[in-house]
Amino acid sequence: MTKIKTHVLCCGGTGCKASASDEIIATFERILKEKGLQDEVQVIRTGCFGFCEKGPIVKMLPDNTFYTQVKPTDVEKIVNEHIIKGRKVTDLLYLDPENKQHVSDSKHMGFYKKQLRIALRNCGFINPEDIDEYISRGGYEAIAKVLGEMTPQQVIDEITKSGLRGRGGAGFPTGVKWGLCAKNQADQKYVICNADEGDPGAFMDRSIMEGDPNSIIEAMAICGYAIGATKGLVYIRAEYPLAIHRLQVAIAQARDYGLLGDDILGSGFNFDIELRYGAGAFVCGEETALIHSMEGKRGEPTLKPPFPAVSGYMAKPSNVNNVETFANIPIIITKGADWFASIGSEKSKGTKVFALAGQINNVGLIEVPMGTTLRDIIYEIGGGIKGGRKFKAVQTGGPSGGCLTEKHLDTAIDYDSLMAAGSMMGSGGMVVMDDTSCMVAIAKFYLEFTCEESCGKCSPCRIGNKRMLEILTKITEGNGTMDDLQELRNLAAVIKDTALCGLGQTSPNPVLSTLDNFWDEYVEHVVDKKCRAGVCKKLMNYVIDKDKCIGCGKCAKNCPAEAISKTNYIAEGHKLPSMEIDTTKCIKCGACMSGCKFDAISIK
Amino acid sequence: MAKVKSLAELKAMREKLQSNLDLREKSNNPDAMVQVKVAMATCGIAAGAKQVMEHMMEKADELKLAVVFTQTGCMGYCHAEPTIEVKVPGKDPIVFGHVDNKRADEILEKYVMNNELVEGIIPVNYEKID
Repeated sequence: MTKIKTHVLCCGGTGCKASASDEIIATFERILKEKGLQDEVQVIRTGCFGFCEKGPIVKMLPDNTFYTQVKPTDVEKIVNEHIIKGRKVTDLLYLDPENKQHVSDSKHMGFYKKQLRIALRNCGFINPEDIDEYISRGGYEAIAKVLGEMTPQQVIDEITKSGLRGRGGAGFPTGVKWGLCAKNQADQKYVICNADEGDPGAFMDRSIMEGDPNSIIEAMAICGYAIGATKGLVYIRAEYPLAIHRLQVAIAQARDYGLLGDDILGSGFNFDIELRYGAGAFVCGEETALIHSMEGKRGEPTLKPPFPAVSGYMAKPSNVNNVETFANIPIIITKGADWFASIGSEKSKGTKVFALAGQINNVGLIEVPMGTTLRDIIYEIGGGIKGGRKFKAVQTGGPSGGCLTEKHLDTAIDYDSLMAAGSMMGSGGMVVMDDTSCMVAIAKFYLEFTCEESCGKCSPCRIGNKRMLEILTKITEGNGTMDDLQELRNLAAVIKDTALCGLGQTSPNPVLSTLDNFWDEYVEHVVDKKCRAGVCKKLMNYVIDKDKCIGCGKCAKNCPAEAISKTNYIAEGHKLPSMEIDTTKCIKCGACMSGCKFDAISIK
Repeated sequence: MAKVKSLAELKAMREKLQSNLDLREKSNNPDAMVQVKVAMATCGIAAGAKQVMEHMMEKADELKLAVVFTQTGCMGYCHAEPTIEVKVPGKDPIVFGHVDNKRADEILEKYVMNNELVEGIIPVNYEKID
């Protein structure tokens, strides 16, 4: 029998799928067959590798060659050169932006060097639609251990001891949460997986479900055993069709193997999982709103207490955990709480997955130990700011979080340090901004999101945020006053104190943190009527430097508003009179500036 | 499909399935393993490198050695094909020439397992940049 000598791992996450990774896989299979290599080379569709910036990713094993931005037309070359002749296809390798060298081994890429992948341990490594691959990496041994050797209380103690905290954002200790639910007696309890990932830019939960769905199933069963529930529900947004599909496949395979259903592994323990679809409302990530939505009611939060642990889904005790939290559970059970607690910082254990986005070279999904500094994340893993520009701020925690600045770069990030810096962990979105971002506009962006997503049940959130947004709009249009800035703070304080749920209570954070960290920029908008980043259109003017302008007239041709005309001034050494912009006609589209070859047009 | 009824059954299943992922697990940490590179250019293939590689992979399994096999391009020793480079962790790589099935067995049994040198070593006459 011929032995398989090469594995070709091809990313099948949503991002790479959108860039034709399915076609790449099909082409590999076709060409390998044509060349009679189908028994020597195995092609595997995996979950996300995290390096979405350079997708689609194709990784060749055993030599760990990491091909980036592969096109279906490149496949033949990879087969001919790499597989048949053993030569690397250099132009598809990752190019280190710093030393301009091609890196072939992914272990030597800055992006992966500082990462520690626990929750993402199987993503980009196994075929998520094949339960056998999960089992051959030790999958379902955690549930077997729990059912065979541990009492429910021991499981809860183990998770508590590991120091795992909720990865959905608030960071509540997971073991304690399980303990609260376990205490309550009822004929039926529920394990609920919160897969309603709503932060703009965050996609770790989706990637875990797409790349390693079995880990979630196993973790939910473990939780069910610990709290005494036989039913699991995954609340997932309908906008995640691939994640839904992979979960369905995994659930069906687990049922076939008897790893879900009645009498799991001969222990007498029954557990099964169903999916519930959400319509993609941000507020439904709040656990009470999520439960209402699952019950078929309006997705609106209610006051806690009663906590879901007492009265949750269908008024039965329910335990809600986020996807990433669950993904950590099986490995804590198999490797032990002490192992997990040895990773991370003092009060935040383990790792956290972050979705890197914004003006950064390596956009993608990363996982680092708690306590890693922002500098390491942005410069080592993220590869620094795009185009070599200057770092200005990083937004963490989505609409509930805040902006951190240069002075926070060396902060070791965990739940508590982010909170102390005026932001929060949130689900792990991390948007990096350079000097072309206006902080007032950023605050406004997040507030627009909150206003859009507010369910409207309580007035602080419904009306208060709306008033804040009006003031911010006023400021970005150049009509703000210093009193407005004070009013923003007053409103923020009231909303924080009085809003009903987490969404409302945290919604002023983006405004407050930018007020704290970028006060000068607010004052500039209000007093000088200036936006230094050139983002707030009403506050900027395009200006032609009359001495640089050679009078070619290209800008005037490009201008859709006919706002540019000739002057009488001819600069020294030039033949034609320079141009000027009539600011009353200018619509600030920037067409003149992008067309000028002489750098004569700038924003003032 | 057969149901898994106990931890023992699950473990047996894992054992059976594990070899499918072996290659992937090994490449997670190649520096800790014996790495064998087989020169697989036209001359190597013509001299039988493919068969030798197959044979060696089976032998390594039989001896339960953790070895990563990689195909590479021509190493330049066309006079001594098939050639293989063997890198044992913590040691400099050694190139062996004229490797047939018998010599492949010797390399694994004597050099890799017992650190005895065997026939066929080609003096390394190049330096590599990484």
